[in-house]
Amino acid sequence: MQANYFAKKKRNTLGFIAILGAVTLLAIIITEYNVVKGFTSLPKAVEWGLANFYPTQESLTKLPDILDKLIETLLVSIAATTTGAVVALLFAILGSNTTRVNAFFGGISRGIATIFRNIDVAAWAMILLFSFGQSSLTGYFALFFGSFGFLTRAFVETIDEVSSGSVEALQATGAGYFSIIFQSVIPSSLPQMISWILFMIETNIRSATLIGLLTGSGIGFTFNLYYKNLNYDVASLVVVVIIAAILFIESVSNYVRRAVL
Amino acid sequence: MTALLEVNHVSKQFGSDMKALSDVNFSVQEGEFVSIIGPSGAGKSTLLRCINRMIGASSGEIIFDNMNVMNLKKKDLKLIRTKIGMIFQHYNLVNRLSVIENTLHGNLGKKSTLAGVLGLYSQEEKEQAVNILHVLGLEEHIYKRADQLSGGQKQRVGIARALIQNPRMLLCDEPIASLDPNSAKIIMDHLRNISRTMGITVLINLHQVDVALKYSDKIIGINHGQVVYNGSPKNITKEDIQRIYGSEAEDLIFDVGGIHAS
Repeated sequence: MQANYFAKKKRNTLGFIAILGAVTLLAIIITEYNVVKGFTSLPKAVEWGLANFYPTQESLTKLPDILDKLIETLLVSIAATTTGAVVALLFAILGSNTTRVNAFFGGISRGIATIFRNIDVAAWAMILLFSFGQSSLTGYFALFFGSFGFLTRAFVETIDEVSSGSVEALQATGAGYFSIIFQSVIPSSLPQMISWILFMIETNIRSATLIGLLTGSGIGFTFNLYYKNLNYDVASLVVVVIIAAILFIESVSNYVRRAVL
Repeated sequence: MTALLEVNHVSKQFGSDMKALSDVNFSVQEGEFVSIIGPSGAGKSTLLRCINRMIGASSGEIIFDNMNVMNLKKKDLKLIRTKIGMIFQHYNLVNRLSVIENTLHGNLGKKSTLAGVLGLYSQEEKEQAVNILHVLGLEEHIYKRADQLSGGQKQRVGIARALIQNPRMLLCDEPIASLDPNSAKIIMDHLRNISRTMGITVLINLHQVDVALKYSDKIIGINHGQVVYNGSPKNITKEDIQRIYGSEAEDLIFDVGGIHAS
């Protein structure tokens, strides 16, 4: 009996590894991917990068233009996140089990947020391209919808986690719905919500670069432009600037997070 | 003395077959200190929450101050809740707000929506809050954030929030279950003091039988959603305790006989 149990367990593990290996092999055969060639070309790629992909003295003249685009991208990301957060707060209050008006509206608002969350920002950008064309407005709305969906979910969990006790206590004193929201739910969940918003801003700045490639705006477009024109030195400067900006934003948000929590 | 609270034939059903309370009857006189004891899951918390309709009972009637709580409109329900203070095991304070803000929350039931949303309190209310905190020995912590306090202090803020309502009755749901013996005694002494000096009726759920016997005017024993004992703590016998807590009564952690002797 006992021998059987361990033998069965071992068989299961081996079976799983075998299946995984078979699937990998099949994928390699279908896509005609040469594993050896793939890895041996890596050093060559690094070599090319070191030879071409670095900022030069003359590429620095483009810096003001690049910074301009970078700031545009940052501001669009921040605007999309904060406006998304305001709408998300409304939906989260309606959708949370602690503060919902009734189960029907709770289900609806959570359902809407789930749909928006499960469509990727890149997918949103492509959908919105039809309505708004290649402009920063498309990028803004793509980030807005994505942030709204994600933040609603995060806020719902924050509200349920932090304020259910005090909500019950205030209901027992006979306090009205809006008094409870403003005196208990918001004060207790605000720090965590701010933390989520900062996280979303960071994520959105990263996504915004990619979205810019699709929507033809912001820093992503700038990168694409120089890269396609074989201006690798300027393109690499764009990458350096993006990395610096992301590190800067992250350190700022870490500082704010420490201060509010 | 008149009955402030009357619970008649109250039952509560969760779902289709989970019966939390069945045909519960008792009454509480004005100014009485009444303890509800019974094993975990017997329905003590449900019973307490049915009284201010935080949980709606399935059938029966609950008369508080000559009004039937069961069929009150929303506005009247809020009005009746302002007359009933509630104290919780986990204090249920807004941890990020100060002690005095948490105390003033007890007044939200009497405020207009706008004043409640903006948190506008009159000078009079603030002075009353300070007075209450003084009585409860929290005068040094008035402007501290609630999460900086110890458990016993938090529970005293919970009591302050209930007292500022000027309630007729306090419902206390296991107020000392998360406290050390010392803080627990302070809380129980405050509750008895409140009941005696302010004439506020206290209805309290307890796990500690010895505490219930020591402080109460009346004991209500509940098992499986039914009242199995209703009477004075002086007359309670070993058999009664056994009926309340089931077969393991012989092994209870304290000695009933010893309590009566002291």
